[in-house]
Amino acid sequence: MSPVLQGAITILVGVGGCIGYFYLANLILDKVIFPARRDDAGRNINRANAVRPWLFLVPAILALGLYLVYPVVGSFWRSLFNRGGDEFIGLDNYISLIADEGFRTAFFNNFLWVLVVPAMATFLGLLVAQLTDRLRWGNIAKSLIFMPMAISFVGASLIWKFVYANDADIGIINAIRASAGMDVLDPLQVPFWNNFFLMVILIWIQTGFAMVILSAALRGIPEETVEAAIIDGANPLQVFFRIKVPQIMGTIVVVWTTITILVLKVFDIVYTMTGGNYGTEILPSYMMSYMFRDDGRATAVAFVIMLVVMPVMIWNIVQARKEMH
Amino acid sequence: MADLKLTDVEKTYGGTVRVLHDINLDIAQGELIVFVGPSGCGKSTLLRMIAGLEKITGGELEIDGMVVNDVPPSERGIAMVFQSYALYPHMTVRDNMAFALKIAGKSKAEIDKAVAAAAEKLQLTNFLDRLPKALSGGQRQRVAIGRSIVRDPKVYLFDEPLSNLDAALRVATRLEIAQLKEQMPESTMIYVTHDQVEAMTLASRIVVLAGGGVAQVGSPLELYEKPNSEFVAQFIGSPSMNLLSGEIVGTGEMTTLRLDEGGGTITSNYPSQTSDMGARVHVGIRPEDMLETSSGDFAYHGTVEITEALGEVTLLYFKRSAPENDPVIGKLNGIHKSLRGQDVRMTAEPDKVHVFLNGVSLLYRDGNVFLPGVQPH
Ligand SMILES: Nc1ncnc2c1ncn2[C@@H]1O[C@H](COP(=O)(O)OP(=O)(O)OP(=O)(O)O)[C@@H](O)[C@H]1O
Ligand SMILES: [Mg+2]
Repeated sequence: MSPVLQGAITILVGVGGCIGYFYLANLILDKVIFPARRDDAGRNINRANAVRPWLFLVPAILALGLYLVYPVVGSFWRSLFNRGGDEFIGLDNYISLIADEGFRTAFFNNFLWVLVVPAMATFLGLLVAQLTDRLRWGNIAKSLIFMPMAISFVGASLIWKFVYANDADIGIINAIRASAGMDVLDPLQVPFWNNFFLMVILIWIQTGFAMVILSAALRGIPEETVEAAIIDGANPLQVFFRIKVPQIMGTIVVVWTTITILVLKVFDIVYTMTGGNYGTEILPSYMMSYMFRDDGRATAVAFVIMLVVMPVMIWNIVQARKEMH
Repeated sequence: MADLKLTDVEKTYGGTVRVLHDINLDIAQGELIVFVGPSGCGKSTLLRMIAGLEKITGGELEIDGMVVNDVPPSERGIAMVFQSYALYPHMTVRDNMAFALKIAGKSKAEIDKAVAAAAEKLQLTNFLDRLPKALSGGQRQRVAIGRSIVRDPKVYLFDEPLSNLDAALRVATRLEIAQLKEQMPESTMIYVTHDQVEAMTLASRIVVLAGGGVAQVGSPLELYEKPNSEFVAQFIGSPSMNLLSGEIVGTGEMTTLRLDEGGGTITSNYPSQTSDMGARVHVGIRPEDMLETSSGDFAYHGTVEITEALGEVTLLYFKRSAPENDPVIGKLNGIHKSLRGQDVRMTAEPDKVHVFLNGVSLLYRDGNVFLPGVQPH
């Protein structure tokens, strides 16, 4: 069977199965379990309506339980075992993580990423959103800046490999250096700063996301408040920072935390660009380097990542809820 | 000294859409000028041009004898109150009012004093630390007014400030604005509204804008008693003035007119020239000036189709011979429900009978009257 046919059948079975489930479950509930007939009609309709939400919720709850809750608990359990998974070693995996120099580097680098990437992406996104707001060609500029969003992290990394290429004929960085009479070097091997060169890639991708959301938020600001501020004597910078930014603070926070969560998950860029060498390891790529070799250790790292993401995530959800009301 | 002078002011959008033209106004210090006019006639646009939020594309605007066409809003000495209040939602009432002064770099003591004084004047002292969203519509409007007061501007601009309030609050706030004006006799105010009562009660002079130009400028009673055109006559007053076709049959100090519908004759205080004999005119009589009569001198004769008894007055709607005409309306004091279905003759005192020749009042026939060429309502 051709893969295309296989895919089509899968989709049909999946979607058809869902529709069939809801249709049949409803039918059985109304006609067989609580039929609205004779004396019991009124009471049965009420009972059926009390049960109905659960019909719709149960599949989702089961799926979430199977694919979300079980893996979390399962991973934690696995992280308490040794490399082969046959010997219970308690928190040893975690203890040796803390003792490991590589883990500490990854943790520190990740800290830098979380500090720099969301801040820069949000800041640049806000800047672009504001600057292109009134321009006739603003929408073209915005589409160009948004485009990297559509590229996978691996694809983006490949593009930036050319930018950073260790060859003045390929890499623009080295081309510029060469034209200034400087030696060719590999930017990805410059200690410490190579972290930032990698961050640039994610900033390049995420600025578009921040820009789109913040641009919509800026448009939502009542024009009159800006006009009132102009009459009150505020200059453009004051209007921006004291009238506009505070009014979209909620959205800024949501964008910021959303990118933060993403940063804590991205391993592709480091994996593709340096493979975690030259001191550029971050937690997700560090985890990858242990995967399939020492699953106990890898799951321990995964758990640490989850613990770090959790507060940001909760904060994000709280803010997003506030925005909705 | 804050008087405004608009000379041939014009506004075009994108070089082709001309929404205002030939606006000439002299506004003296201390006046409360009200702009009225049909929706979309450019009232807000004119106000925003005075504020500096909208570019003046032609003519000159002077404030205090200085041309301010290219002066930024904050340096024109104006303050504006928006229809939507336009409070800064993230700032407390206090900060909303203090913002302009902070930007201007005033000292904290000075700011506190100005804010406290304004809050006192507007009964906002208890709300100073609240955010705008925790205030009622009326309170928000007062904050918006307070925000302009603290700046001590020479000219206040109001764009339909009361239209978001309910009827009772609107009356209360209207009175507050009237009192505010009394407390600050030296400041000039320009006020845009749709509400006739607001215009008639607040204005020292009303500017009727229509069709992109100024139809008439004058005190409320001047506009009511001596409208210069059919347009203004019908725009001011509610229900609007009845217009009846007729012919001049007697000229001189007083004009005698014969009406087409019903064939009655009536006298008007408006003077006419001998050459006007036989001219086709419109005779205008306000509903509230219509009187029931049994004499042979009447303005209108018809069957009452509907009566609306409002208690203090009764509105009579007459059947027109040509159904496309607006109904003739009479407003009689007291309750007259029994007139429904009756044949009634209506007349009016000579000083209440207006005569329009080609849309222009006979009183203004030598003047340069702008006819907007749009329906008043
Ligand atoms: N940017 C623009 N381009 C073209 N025409 C415009 C523009 N802005 C406003 N107009 C037109 O200018 C005219 C005047 O608008 P304005 O808002 O001043 O009316 P208004 O008298 O305040 O009406 P309302 O009583 O409904 O508030 C309108 O006919 C409007 O269509
Ligand atoms: Mg308006």
